[in-house]
Amino acid sequence: MRDFDPDAFFPRFVDALGETALMVVVSFAASAVLGILLGLVLYASRPGNMLQNRVVFAVLNAIINTIRPVPFLIIAIALIPLTRLVFGTGLGPLAATLPLVLVASVAIARVSESNLVAVDPGSVEAGAAMGASPARVLFTIVVPEALGPLTLGLTYILVALVDATAVAGVIGAGGLGDLAMRYGYARFDTTTVVIVVITLVLLVQLAQWLGNLTARKVMH
Amino acid sequence: MATAISFENVSKVFETKGKRFEALRDVNLTVERGDIFGIVGYSGAGKSTLLRTVNALERPTSGRVLVDDREISSLTGRELYAARQRIGMIFQQFNLLKSRTVYKNIAYPLKLAGLPDAEVLDRVEELLDFVGLADKALAYPSQLSGGQKQRVGIARALATRPDILISDEATSALDPQTTGEVLELLQRVNSEYGVTILLVTHEIDVIRQIADRVAVMDAGEVVEHGTVYDVFSAPKNPTSRRFVSSVLHHIPSNEALDHIRAVHHGRLVQLHVEDRDSNHPFLSRVARAHDIDFNVVYGGVNELQGRLFGSLTVELLGDDLAVENAVAELRATTTVADLDAAVVREPIHA
Repeated sequence: MRDFDPDAFFPRFVDALGETALMVVVSFAASAVLGILLGLVLYASRPGNMLQNRVVFAVLNAIINTIRPVPFLIIAIALIPLTRLVFGTGLGPLAATLPLVLVASVAIARVSESNLVAVDPGSVEAGAAMGASPARVLFTIVVPEALGPLTLGLTYILVALVDATAVAGVIGAGGLGDLAMRYGYARFDTTTVVIVVITLVLLVQLAQWLGNLTARKVMH
Repeated sequence: MATAISFENVSKVFETKGKRFEALRDVNLTVERGDIFGIVGYSGAGKSTLLRTVNALERPTSGRVLVDDREISSLTGRELYAARQRIGMIFQQFNLLKSRTVYKNIAYPLKLAGLPDAEVLDRVEELLDFVGLADKALAYPSQLSGGQKQRVGIARALATRPDILISDEATSALDPQTTGEVLELLQRVNSEYGVTILLVTHEIDVIRQIADRVAVMDAGEVVEHGTVYDVFSAPKNPTSRRFVSSVLHHIPSNEALDHIRAVHHGRLVQLHVEDRDSNHPFLSRVARAHDIDFNVVYGGVNELQGRLFGSLTVELLGDDLAVENAVAELRATTTVADLDAAVVREPIHA
């Protein structure tokens, strides 16, 4: 076992924490917007709903079902040519956001869809009866009514993203997971592993706490 | 009176997985402006489907629905949204937005209509006063009772000052006491604001309490319609009769009739009674003239819209010919239905 060197560890730790935070925040923000929009399209185009469209629903459904079962590592590696094209490099935390956004978006699309579907059809009907257009019903009734469970669903994805960033370390994204793997696990430095794992646990606790708090605020 | 809503040969067919279901069959009805018009029927009779064609939540397979002389069933897009803002709707499950306060629920249609915030505030306060919930503006629907939720529903439906209010079983989820309160409120909506109300219910008592006119639906068809007085005092259709006899008990049920017959072997006749213009004691005079006796074995008189009506079931005892002559004379005074030979009871026609 290798000795733990605090002087070498802490700068690396701070960098890694920053990289993880960057990856999580950027990919979460982007995939939340994208995922919720996809979820709305799934919901609205679902047979029997306000803008039902079998083709749109079937195509989107198939795409999402294709992406979701593929292991994240394979997606991350497969997308390297694309990240090089977009960011000029396949390395670093920003490059890793591309595959992260992809997997998180489709996951959020599903989470949103199931929460939107659970909205009382009576509220939707009341909106239509009051003369709201389908788009208006979607954004001023369906989304606000689903916001509570939607927030909890998004929190679940946020936590999953923290986990996925650790895997992204493998393709050179950096971050806490990478730190734990390369400096901790590979060099038999248990202290590093323990500190990183505790930090990840705390991050997840924080994310869940924030999610619960927000959900409580929007639910009545 | 001008016509508020008219249904012209309205039919609706639902087709799912090759199964055809005729929800509406050639419905023709006219709702006059300022009326409270009730549609009553059992579950699946098509009454809600018919109601939902009024704001085009449902479109007829054939036929037309005219609201204020415009064919709503042909409108789409902005024209349809604008037309719907002129028709308030209330629901059995209230359908309030749970994520919004009472205030914001009532403000929703006003914001849709593009009203400036200051006017929204005034209008919502006025409506909250009208429905008696001024102190609940900041409450969320989950904090309200069923009756309060429906009051919010009514306030929301009235927000844009519609000419027509349609009600889909609005009191069916409420207890009798609360139902009475909500019906009183609807009556005020009608009398104070002159709003035409078209309501659908399976509770005939709701019709009796507030409606001016009624249509009875069965299996997608309107089987009888007319003033509430006419339909209640002399229901012609079996479905109507079943509804009416469930709240008015002046006509004996088949069980009651069997019970009566166990003792009363004389000739049983049912006499229609209603508001009269003299106190001529026709029953005792006829009995005396023909030298027969009578027993009143069942009956009752109801008051509806300020008028009386009811029926008496009477056993006539005496010589066959005398009884026959007495019945003939009674027929000159009122409607008489024979209960004797009839296995199926004849309705009493006014």
